[in-house]
Amino acid sequence: MAYSKKVVDKFENTINEPAKYNVGRFDPKDMDIGTGMVGAPACGDVMKLQIKCERQGNTHIIKDVKFKTYGCGSAIASSSELVEMLLGKTLEEAKEIKNIDIVEALELPPIKIHCSVLAEDSIKQAIEDYEQKQ
Amino acid sequence: MSTDINLPIYLDYASTTPVDPRVAKKISDHLTLDGNFGNPASRSHKFGWKAEEAVEEARSHVANLVGCDPREIVWTSGATEANNLAIKGIANFYQAKGKHIITSKIEHKAVLDACRQLEREGFEVTYLDPTEGGLITTSLIDSAVRDDTVLISIMHINNELGTINNLKEIGSYAREKGIFFHVDAAQSTGKVEINLSELPVDLMSFSAHKTYGPKGIGALFVSRKPRVRIEAQMHGGGHERGMRSGTLPTHQIVGMGEAFRIAKEEMFADRKKIQAFHEKFYSSVSKIEEIYVNGDLQNKVSNILNISFAYVEGESLIMALKDIAVSSGSACTSASLEPSYVLRALGRKDELASSSIRFSFGRFTTDEDIDYTLSLINHAVERLRELSPLWEMYLDGIDLDTVDWQTH
Repeated sequence: MAYSKKVVDKFENTINEPAKYNVGRFDPKDMDIGTGMVGAPACGDVMKLQIKCERQGNTHIIKDVKFKTYGCGSAIASSSELVEMLLGKTLEEAKEIKNIDIVEALELPPIKIHCSVLAEDSIKQAIEDYEQKQ
Repeated sequence: MSTDINLPIYLDYASTTPVDPRVAKKISDHLTLDGNFGNPASRSHKFGWKAEEAVEEARSHVANLVGCDPREIVWTSGATEANNLAIKGIANFYQAKGKHIITSKIEHKAVLDACRQLEREGFEVTYLDPTEGGLITTSLIDSAVRDDTVLISIMHINNELGTINNLKEIGSYAREKGIFFHVDAAQSTGKVEINLSELPVDLMSFSAHKTYGPKGIGALFVSRKPRVRIEAQMHGGGHERGMRSGTLPTHQIVGMGEAFRIAKEEMFADRKKIQAFHEKFYSSVSKIEEIYVNGDLQNKVSNILNISFAYVEGESLIMALKDIAVSSGSACTSASLEPSYVLRALGRKDELASSSIRFSFGRFTTDEDIDYTLSLINHAVERLRELSPLWEMYLDGIDLDTVDWQTH
């Protein structure tokens, strides 16, 4: 299967410079961390997304993000793309991110749309986890 | 690391091989006006006679490699057609004798789908589960045999694992029971010795392009002693003693003949070289934590090595190993998102099945290719594990089977 250059570049950059591309982990017990983990090993992909937020007035800003993904090249590229979209956004803005945004940004082939859906689910779950702690 | 290495590196010889230059020369001698282009079935002139001579010489080379009589070789378009001809040919010809067939879950699709078709036509098929090591034993077959079993079709060397089935044992068992025995030997030629004059095998399928010959040509061995009859699946001019009609493609046939002649001569040297690659490869990769070899290491050919890198997804690993041509499973399944049916039949969990890569070495593989690939694997597995939440959980001592996954 032929991936777009964007997927290939994103994938390669992420594995070659993991720190720069926010690969890593936060302590999920910290109060300013929200963790989302979606997917299953048997299905071939698992995404773990963690947001570190800061209250600013009435809203919360995503100050930092860490992620780890097990999955095909486009699953890894999708989560990396999502991370870039999240940095600096308020939670309200982050909730607006839809899978189609990732599909468009990476030109994902139709057979790989589920990777973007998984990415959208991971941010929803991370926000939910964070909001429950507040 | 050597900088003059030729990239990309081809380590997918089990899927197909490049044509040996000596074979290519032979092929090109049988195409044009100044070459041997005639129709081997033309009886009225020299062009036909010369072409027929070339075809018969090639038939002898094939027969010579596998230890049978040249009259037992039927040309086909490849191993897929040979498998179809053998399985449907026996089933159709001997259906009054019985309508039950035994095969295994790890056969090539050409065998599995031919059997599926026969099921639609009223036959019953038992698909055996292999042992954990990827082998089919006589005791597995014995537990499935019925009074109306007419055919056992089991492959010699598995294309994904490289595991070798014991043909002598299975064949003797089949003879004893009076059941026909067909063997898909597409992966065998030039890798292991085959002596059909001693092996109790009734039908055997061969392919040229896995043994440095051209694509589009193969052969079916049909035993004369004991005599085995099959119903033709391709009807026409009655070529190949009525078993497979169609003008013989002289250029492809001489290509297969030359490839098999060379295989006979060079099998030992090829194998020695490839065994050394296998040893080097395995001893390096086995140092990586949490890797699993798929298929019984004690019972396999050294040109195929199938490894699961746990906690790393196979497609991403193939992507990270860019410049190395390998496959996860067989080429026929790599377009789909399903993990290999062969690995699943071994009882491997889905995640281990989808973490697998098949490396296959061949005549033109070099030491530098192996060194380069090994360093790339170490790097890629390390990087992808750093990125893997499953690896993190493994390091934290979490049993992944106890996690409540959100399947999607």
